Amino acid sequence: MNKSQLIEALAKAENITLKKAEMVVNAVFENMADALVQKERIEIRGFGSFKVKFYNGYKGRNPKTGDLIKVDGKKLPFFKVGKELRERVDR
Amino acid sequence: MALTKEKLISRLQTQVGLSKPESRSTVERVLDIMKESLAQGEDLLISGFGKFSVRQKNARRGRNPQTKENLILRARKVVVFKTSGVLRNLINGD
Repeated sequence: MNKSQLIEALAKAENITLKKAEMVVNAVFENMADALVQKERIEIRGFGSFKVKFYNGYKGRNPKTGDLIKVDGKKLPFFKVGKELRERVDR
Repeated sequence: MALTKEKLISRLQTQVGLSKPESRSTVERVLDIMKESLAQGEDLLISGFGKFSVRQKNARRGRNPQTKENLILRARKVVVFKTSGVLRNLINGD
């Protein structure tokens, strides 16, 4: 499922216009993305939580050419699946 | 302070111009649709945010580090999330 399919499914299920469904879905993910950019945690009961983690940089090698490369440290969101979703997926 | 479902609901109320019950039922519905899609084993791709996918994990031998007990972890399905490149760049400020 992609975002437009999510929007269509929402419009149908809630009996609202596509336009409104689109605004809702976009707003949901914009708010979530903003939170992560601010390094704020997200906690959605039943779905899961997100937390920005810092990963250290390291020196690696390009496996093809053997060249030494430096990989910089980076921040990445870590998603922990919520109990309800975890159980539903594994059924 | 974490972004919770309640906060999301009240923000959508002002941002999209919805009544509180409308905001609540649409947010709950978005989450339900997402969960249902994953429960069906279908990936969920949100452009600009990331991709949720269902992975099959094989059974493996594990060990409880506290009791040092050996145990077998059964085969199971898990949800994994991969951040979109756009969001990753925003988070890293480049």
